[in-house]
Amino acid sequence: MLTLLLAADSISGWQLFVQQCLNGLTYGALIALIALGYTMVYGIIGLINFAHGDLFMLGTFLTLTLINAFGLDTAASAWTVAISVAALLIVVALFCAVLNFSVDRLIYKPLRNAPKLAPLVSAIGVSFIFQNVGLLWKGPADLSVPKLISQRNLLGDSAITFTPSDAVLLVVVAAIMSGLTVLVKFTRLGKSMRAVSQDPVAAQLMGIHVERVIGSTFLIGGGLAGFAAVIYSMYIGTIGFQIGYINGLYAFTAAVLGGIGNIPGAVLGGIVIGMVRSLGSAYVEERWTAAIIFGILIVILIFRPSGLLGERMREKV
Amino acid sequence: MNPSQKPPTRFLKRWDVLVLAVFVFYPFACSLTRTVFPSWAGPTFGNALGDQLSTLFIFSILALGLNVAVGYTGLLQLGIAAFFGIGVYITGILRVPSYPFQLPFTAALVLSALGAALCGLVLGAPTLRLRGDYLALVTLGFGEVVKVTLRNLEEITAGTKGLNPIPPPHLPPWLAVPIGWLGIENSWETDYRLFYFLTLGILVIVIALLANLENSRLGRSWVAIREDELAATCMGINAPRAKLASFAASAGLAGLAGCLYATKLTTTADPNTYDFNRSIIILCCVILGGLGSLRGVLLGVLLLLGFDNIVSPQINSTLQSWLQHLGGGVQSSAVAERLLSFSNWRLMIFGLALVAIMRFRPEGLWPSARLQHELHWDEPRPPLPNSNSA
Repeated sequence: MLTLLLAADSISGWQLFVQQCLNGLTYGALIALIALGYTMVYGIIGLINFAHGDLFMLGTFLTLTLINAFGLDTAASAWTVAISVAALLIVVALFCAVLNFSVDRLIYKPLRNAPKLAPLVSAIGVSFIFQNVGLLWKGPADLSVPKLISQRNLLGDSAITFTPSDAVLLVVVAAIMSGLTVLVKFTRLGKSMRAVSQDPVAAQLMGIHVERVIGSTFLIGGGLAGFAAVIYSMYIGTIGFQIGYINGLYAFTAAVLGGIGNIPGAVLGGIVIGMVRSLGSAYVEERWTAAIIFGILIVILIFRPSGLLGERMREKV
Repeated sequence: MNPSQKPPTRFLKRWDVLVLAVFVFYPFACSLTRTVFPSWAGPTFGNALGDQLSTLFIFSILALGLNVAVGYTGLLQLGIAAFFGIGVYITGILRVPSYPFQLPFTAALVLSALGAALCGLVLGAPTLRLRGDYLALVTLGFGEVVKVTLRNLEEITAGTKGLNPIPPPHLPPWLAVPIGWLGIENSWETDYRLFYFLTLGILVIVIALLANLENSRLGRSWVAIREDELAATCMGINAPRAKLASFAASAGLAGLAGCLYATKLTTTADPNTYDFNRSIIILCCVILGGLGSLRGVLLGVLLLLGFDNIVSPQINSTLQSWLQHLGGGVQSSAVAERLLSFSNWRLMIFGLALVAIMRFRPEGLWPSARLQHELHWDEPRPPLPNSNSA
């Protein structure tokens, strides 16, 4: 992100703008992918799963470990890269999905009827545990992941850069989002999910196996975190045991900005954050972007308390 | 609860007096031990622990402040560290020699609390309409904005270097003589006891105020709002005003703690000290001890921060010297070195403790009687301490 920004100094005004919008779109898509995991879990059991960002971090660590184990590097041929990226996506997504599911079974499930703060604090606890696992696994220093996907400019020698890695990211994220929308809108599981999020007790009375639906939500959410982890490692290239915190925070912000529990909202929120971040670093200053993002969040929530696409909830008496 | 009953005026129980006495006499006990057994207890015996205890007193004030918002009123506040930081920086700006103000300590203390409370009002006023999780996010976002602002406004806050030196408070002359009788040196740099008693005294005043507030009209309306805002409004409670008061009181106490913290460190430190992590740790203290319960919150701070600041470094150094003793063979690889350092397990211990406590005691270790009542309504239970229905 930063290198692109520095390269952008030499190009003219509108090119800089287009370039930054592109960067914002790709980064936003990444954030949206993490935000989807937040929003699905929130939608179904009303839990802000603070451990989600750290799950994503563990996914990036697994990605790096696998890349090192198989000795992949930037010199690999296009076919090797394509196959190994596909394999990584599947393996890491499975890992994160199973981990997320187990955490739900072991830790959140016994607290379903506890006061609302109990699962939240447990999620903070799980986030600490994951961070510690990451610290013990790879140590405190930042690590770099080899950029397997080619970084050459698809637009020839134009001043605007668009690399195959951008393209892969956008394609994968678009595919995942459409898949998820189809899943939630048209499948039996999706229908049950929506029913459970409306009213778990009534859903159970209608013959829906509520725990199974919640479990599938955690599996899917974890899988999304895994996808995001692989793509992030390839695209950003720098990982560390604390990346879960800041990316999780942005993802959560994206989810709330769009209206938490709302899938298109999470995507919209992610893209807004990506855009603000990249335009902010180009036109204001990199170091202020976090403040701008959260400032916008506060302002939006003041005027639309349930997010951009969220429905206004009627108070239950 | 019978509303016509007079609120209990006696909030000090026998055990509370005992605990307070232990803390008051601790420094004297140390110096006594030093005089009686000079060979066994060296000249610094007990000083380091006493010094760390005053930090715990400061964080107790911060946690009690957070408890006003989260515990009493049920407003999930994830940005308490921001108000703490605001208190720190107000003190810094008012006291540091590079600024023209150089107000006395007491003025800085009052202005830090008021300034932070004002910031609480500014944040609270537009966000009162938000429901629980959205409010949590806004406060979290506010915390990040404050941190970034403090770090980037280098002309005012000196960025990551922090404002320093913050001079120690000036002891009023009428106090110097009695303090000499107690054998305390009149120097904040060499004798930790001055600051120890200052923070302990302020903490006790804060506890006394809050214990009275709990049973006041305002305190009761906070609890009513926590239980059911709609019902509370129907009973004639002005919910927005009560929530704002809660926000401001919470932020004000955080600012007060911030002023003491800055004075203790003699610098405002790096703005990154006042980030989300600190808010979360303080929130964990409050929840671990027992939401809405003064004794619980103090216990939570003592256990969690006491472990983190006092016990954990001790274990770490003991473990390291032990490993050195065993020989360098075990520390051959980088991974083994990571696994053998106790400080690398700190977050794991924190996390496991939080998960375990939420699993087995979701109301905290020492809950307020009223909250415990609610959470275990289906179990046989003793009557509330101040109800006459039994």
